[in-house]
Amino acid sequence: MSGDGQGTRHWFDDEAGPVVRPYAMTRGRTTSPAQHRLDLIAVVVTEPHADDPEADHTLSPEHVDIVELCRDAPQSVAELAAELDLPIGVVRVLIGDLVDEEMVHVTRPVPPAELPDESILRDVINGLRAL
Amino acid sequence: MIFGRSERGKPPVEPVTLKILVAGGFGVGKTTLVGAVSEIKPLRTEELLTEAGRPVDDTSGVEGKHTTTVAMDFGRITLREDLVLYLFGTPGQDRFWFLWDELATGALGAVVLADTRRLEDCFAAVDYFERRSIPFVVGVNCFDDAARYPTDDVRQALDLDPGVPVVLCDARDRESVKEVLISVVQHAMAYAADRRETVAT
Repeated sequence: MSGDGQGTRHWFDDEAGPVVRPYAMTRGRTTSPAQHRLDLIAVVVTEPHADDPEADHTLSPEHVDIVELCRDAPQSVAELAAELDLPIGVVRVLIGDLVDEEMVHVTRPVPPAELPDESILRDVINGLRAL
Repeated sequence: MIFGRSERGKPPVEPVTLKILVAGGFGVGKTTLVGAVSEIKPLRTEELLTEAGRPVDDTSGVEGKHTTTVAMDFGRITLREDLVLYLFGTPGQDRFWFLWDELATGALGAVVLADTRRLEDCFAAVDYFERRSIPFVVGVNCFDDAARYPTDDVRQALDLDPGVPVVLCDARDRESVKEVLISVVQHAMAYAADRRETVAT
């Protein structure tokens, strides 16, 4: 930061973006080994034994947030990114860490390039009609 | 079955998730359409594009951001406790096409929203889904002050394959949007059946 004599209180605001650069949270990593499985709608589920993530000092506050958020209700990668207000790429790396640590697992219901079962599609149509 | 979920005897239900894309030109009503049926206020996720030329530690840019963010709006419809449909509005700007590939992977199908006053805005989307064999329907968003055209005229103007459904809709209206989504799923089913037949013979 260059000192422009404006006083320390004004050197950042919302326009400047986050004070901590998003990829600082991943220690500069932009990919993780588990990443190919992390579709936007892949669902992250907290493992039952991950009951005290804060005790694990290797985890960042953002890791802990993900573990806590997914405990009660499993959440999609996209929802987590929106909830934590972090770029998708960052969330993916963080989730990858948690998968490695076996704190969460990720469900991948429909393999890419394959359409879901016809009975599921029928359920979707009926579900939409019933809305 | 392909839906074999990891069975670890856990209380929270792990839903099957599906996604439908909503594409179309800028200002055609993608976010409105998502909002009309979503049970949550359309959420916004951002992907940060890291450009090679961008100085990594540039913190002086208070007056103008030097990172590029691409926003994608999305909504959620819980059809059943174990079945959730997500709607993703694709980024409107042409230069972010590469993000579509990731969105399109595993998508059930797509809606291409069209405005008859600016039909050319959706050419790119139609082209994209045709080329990647992703089933899509064209939803003509009937703006109040736009002239109405028969669906056949729209079909002809877009040079669509005969199998592609064209539906008139109102992106603000929940019932109307439901119909559009149902037609996407029906079209996806027919499309899958067609493909199976071609493979079998």
